[in-house]
Amino acid sequence: MNTEEIKVIISKVGLDGHDRGAKVVATLLKEAGMEVVYLGMYQTPEGIVKAAIDEDADVIGLSYLSGEHLVYTPKVVNEIRKNGLDDVLFVVGGSFPPEDVPVMKEMGVHEVFRGGSLTESIVDFIKKNVRGKG
Amino acid sequence: MTGKLPGNHETLVQSLLSGSRRAAARMITLVENQSTYTNELMKLVYPHTGKSMVVGVTGAAGSGKSSLITHLIRKFREKGKRVGVVAVDPSSPFSGGAFLGDRIRFQAHALDEGVYIRSMSSRGYLGGLARSTSDVVRIMEAMGNDVVIVETLGAGQDEVDIIHVVQTCILVLTPNMGDDIQAMKAGIMEIADIVVLNKADLDGAVNCLRNLEATMHMAMTHKDCGWAVARVIPTVASAPKTEDLQGIDELIEAIRAHQTYLHESLVIDRIQAKRIEQELSLVFRDEVEKFIFKGLSGTGKKRQYIKGILEGRTDPYSVVEEVLSTFLRV
Repeated sequence: MNTEEIKVIISKVGLDGHDRGAKVVATLLKEAGMEVVYLGMYQTPEGIVKAAIDEDADVIGLSYLSGEHLVYTPKVVNEIRKNGLDDVLFVVGGSFPPEDVPVMKEMGVHEVFRGGSLTESIVDFIKKNVRGKG
Repeated sequence: MTGKLPGNHETLVQSLLSGSRRAAARMITLVENQSTYTNELMKLVYPHTGKSMVVGVTGAAGSGKSSLITHLIRKFREKGKRVGVVAVDPSSPFSGGAFLGDRIRFQAHALDEGVYIRSMSSRGYLGGLARSTSDVVRIMEAMGNDVVIVETLGAGQDEVDIIHVVQTCILVLTPNMGDDIQAMKAGIMEIADIVVLNKADLDGAVNCLRNLEATMHMAMTHKDCGWAVARVIPTVASAPKTEDLQGIDELIEAIRAHQTYLHESLVIDRIQAKRIEQELSLVFRDEVEKFIFKGLSGTGKKRQYIKGILEGRTDPYSVVEEVLSTFLRV
């Protein structure tokens, strides 16, 4: 698949207003040749997943800073499953304690990128794991 | 070029016609990626199109196109209309990627099942839209949307492809972008049926509005489709409080008036015919090019031609003539 055919939703969820990380990652993915739909702040799990459906997105990426990751992540996973988006890659990035990484993976996140993750690691993970489109 | 549709694609078209947003989403991807099945899919979709109101919004980056559109969606929804929106943003000339940032302005409709929004990268296509935007509009029509709104990428003076896709064209300007000489130039200033002066609460708006109105009234016969004089409407599309918004009702009224004009004067028929003419020429160009390059590929001829041109033995014009004559003889 050509990289421009990889469509990624980048969003924040809840009331966390720190969007620098989301903007940095959106820029990196654009520079890696992907098409990024940027939803910005204050989104709901339902709204994010509906956007992913409308956009036929291959990846949903959420960014967290203020400690709401264990609250919202299961809600987003639930919404993804409820809508049958089982082939959509769900990745999460931001600032969290290392011990929360396995917890989020257990919840159904495909990969977690903590602060300090290398750009290439994010891009490579998406390219390797993204679904094929018929 | 063509292929029999797999069963799941025929089901896809059926689901689209029953209004499924999942089906619309997947079909748009297939068409946008120019998949093998694009032509076959569009053949099935096409008969179910041509009945929606198609409104275009164009203007420079940051002029407020998306912010205006969110209010248009709200107004159309109040009337119970189903709304489709296709919003184009530019692709990167370096990576081919894109940052699609229109949807963020449509947050108010994030949960509304009666609104289908799709962001599109231009993928290097010039003219203000993507190559497949007109097909995407058809898909949104077949999906059952009463209104389809097309938003161009941030347009300059010459990105005017939108007139081939929409019935009512709105050009969004802001104060202090230039004097009346700029407004008199050919290109984008000529294509509007409705001119919106957004951010009309900024300094300089009053003068700018007067200039625009005077300029629009000078142009009487520049279009053979549409009404002769574009309406100019001052708006404020973004404000902390709803009561500080301006001009939204007037804009909706102007769209309604223009649509009434199109239907009463039967100009709508000419617009539909022009839209089809444009589609034909796009499809012809693409298919002929694909056909001819497919014929050349693997023969090593293309490389020979390029080498010949490089070495000065021939030129692009003679090569095209030669290639076309072989194909036309068949």
